[in-house]
Amino acid sequence: MNRRFFWDRFFEKALYGAAWVSVMTLAGIFLLLLYNGAQTFISIAPGDFFSFSRWNPAAYDQPTFGIGAMLVSTLLVTAGAMCITIPLGIGTAAFLSEMASPRLRNVLKPAVEMLAAVPSVVIGFLGIVLVAPALAAAFDLPNGLNALNGAILLGIMALPTMVSVTEDAIHAVPGHYKEASYALGANRWETLVHVTLPACKSGILAATMLALGRALGETMTVLMATGNATSLPHGIFDPVRTITATVAIEMGEVPFDTPHFFSLFACALVLFLITLAVNILAERMAARFRKKGQ
Amino acid sequence: MEKIKMDIQALDLFFGKKQVLKNIHLGIGAGKITALIGPSGCGKSTLLRSLNRMHDLHPDARLTGKIMLDDHNILHGNTNVVHLRRRVGMVFQKPNPFPMTVADNVAYGMKINGLHDKPEVRRRIEQCLRSSFLWEEVSGELDKSALDLSGGQQQRLCIARAIAVEPEIILYDEPCSALDPISTSKIEELILSLREKFTQVIVTHNMQQAQRVADYTAFMYLGEVIEFGETQQIFQSPRHELTKNYVAGHFG
Amino acid sequence: MKKITQLFGFALLLTATLVVLSILGLILFDIVLKGAPVFNWKFLTHFPQKGMTEGGIFPAIFGTTLVTLISTVFAMPLGIGCAVYLNEYAPDNKFTRLIRASVRNLAGVPSIVYGLFGLSIFIQGMGIPPSLLTAGCTLGLLTLPFIIATTEEALRNVPRLTREGALALGATRWECVYSVVLPSAVPGILTGLILALSRAAGETAPILFTGVALYTRYLPASPLDEFMALPYHLYILSTQHHAIEQVRPLAYATAMTLLLVVFLLNFTAFRIRATYKR
Repeated sequence: MNRRFFWDRFFEKALYGAAWVSVMTLAGIFLLLLYNGAQTFISIAPGDFFSFSRWNPAAYDQPTFGIGAMLVSTLLVTAGAMCITIPLGIGTAAFLSEMASPRLRNVLKPAVEMLAAVPSVVIGFLGIVLVAPALAAAFDLPNGLNALNGAILLGIMALPTMVSVTEDAIHAVPGHYKEASYALGANRWETLVHVTLPACKSGILAATMLALGRALGETMTVLMATGNATSLPHGIFDPVRTITATVAIEMGEVPFDTPHFFSLFACALVLFLITLAVNILAERMAARFRKKGQ
Repeated sequence: MEKIKMDIQALDLFFGKKQVLKNIHLGIGAGKITALIGPSGCGKSTLLRSLNRMHDLHPDARLTGKIMLDDHNILHGNTNVVHLRRRVGMVFQKPNPFPMTVADNVAYGMKINGLHDKPEVRRRIEQCLRSSFLWEEVSGELDKSALDLSGGQQQRLCIARAIAVEPEIILYDEPCSALDPISTSKIEELILSLREKFTQVIVTHNMQQAQRVADYTAFMYLGEVIEFGETQQIFQSPRHELTKNYVAGHFG
Repeated sequence: MKKITQLFGFALLLTATLVVLSILGLILFDIVLKGAPVFNWKFLTHFPQKGMTEGGIFPAIFGTTLVTLISTVFAMPLGIGCAVYLNEYAPDNKFTRLIRASVRNLAGVPSIVYGLFGLSIFIQGMGIPPSLLTAGCTLGLLTLPFIIATTEEALRNVPRLTREGALALGATRWECVYSVVLPSAVPGILTGLILALSRAAGETAPILFTGVALYTRYLPASPLDEFMALPYHLYILSTQHHAIEQVRPLAYATAMTLLLVVFLLNFTAFRIRATYKR
């Protein structure tokens, strides 16, 4: 009899321990990035790090560590991606929930899930072999590996998140809103534009934030398709190098515990904090639309 | 009156700040069938679930007063609820067989209580299924999933599962509310056949059912026991105005 | 006028959907069209030859299979344990809210950051050489929030009455979880695990510095050996190779293999979910 209660208590403690692994991992990620990243500033002034001076940490005599250009590149590519994802995502989600028959939806939803399952390296590969030649031909460029290419690919990668969260938000709109609108003589389109979509504003915002977080943190596609130039981009046709790509390219080659090594952790810390902020914002928004839905 | 198996004394129950049971006094006779009736929301199921401390799962629930099982107050902090629930079994509103075979459902309670001797388990499975009038119907299907049985069979399986751990008391929480009339009468027949062997308490919203099976009936209203007595007396000559109105079907 | 606006608006929505579908179609079409000529049994079962310009991708398939399995073995007990705690035990207090918030935010951490974390914990911190083990554990941490979320959903779908039935028979909480709740949730948990496998199989960034190798002459013989992986192999063939145009067909066939692996896993998960949804 006592054995039963021993195991009962044992597993309660063990499961509690397993639950704390998530907290420890998140805290561990933050602390390690902070610990390693902070050591950057032993040898590099913060003002030089957060500046538009060139990112050239491997230079022999005068290495420089400005992440300004990379930050701008990251934001440029992500903003471009959002321009693609938001309209396509909302349009598809609205189609799925307001126009498609249940049978059609049962076909389309797995298709969107399939798109989500495509590994980022495959999307990056297609960026090289499909999107780049197309862009080069269309805009008369030497090659199509640039910010626009990255934006298109990230837009595609963020689409499934945008579609599914927006669709959830549309479903959370209470049916009587729509009925009231129909009763006033509005047709389905007017109801969608003037009642349903405004009613799930916070849900669409949450979807946008989650898609944004996804695009900001994406590594392989931008690494493969954006041309990897460390200079400050002047437009969407310039080759760029994002923070994620920089870490991916350089971390494999630096000796441990050098200023260069630490500076890559500082880059990752900046990225981590941005995505964390975006995700927390998304969580706030999502909590709001879920509450409304009940 | 005969021996009291379970004696409820000055029981109050709160969910957060809301008081759901008020000063309940009730003696449950050993080997008898006691029915709890009353309009929905009167607290009869809540009272029933206090008797095997099912409210422990609810973090806001707070119980005060005493529930004496023989000579032990089960509300006392040192009560082992796992042991308590073995002594006080429960059958729920909807049949809830486990997603396993018919035999494993009945064997579940024996196994967790340390009985692993196969022939003995097999013998007791048969015995419990016979006692719950299910043996004839399922003896060839012991290794089939319990979820494939009909609703009435599932509920009788749940009763077989409950008696397999040899409890002293069985609590029924509206056991027939999800069943058709034929299944209902089989369950009632079964409950009557278990009389004397077990002390039984049944919550029901069906007054005919209370009259058919119960020795004693308690009428509850807004969290209080308004009247308690022999079933015949409650239905034929209720003393309290509220009871009179309820059993006459004026509200429900 | 109203009708025309509506028609126009719906046409717009339809266009958006068609664009999304054609993107998926284009991806599949292009890869299958150009990958299929090279994709054959020999390609799947042979080592790369002549500086990866010929031969197959067997070591990459082998490595990806092993590293994904290791990631699941590592993440499964932790993920299921955490989900069981949150759904079956956790009181509503600030520790529970902290755990939940951590799980949600872990899901949003960029995969490259997991790579750095794996590098500094497992390799720098614990001194394990870059290998199947370190990469597997890193991928495991990445899939952890995902496994927790799907397991929790599966547990939520187990009716409360099933739990009460076990407790009312005098089962302890653990006996109730172990013998009644978990078996009922198996299809849902399995679906989540398979989807986690598929995610781990396709990830590249977390393994970049935690054990993946450009090329190995032999298959990894122990968890402490470096390994080749399908997604990394595709990355190498398409960007880092000295004869990129020449190996393009091989890159296509590699992409096709990777897609096939991922879709097969997803399809399996989909079937399990469809079969057990009553």
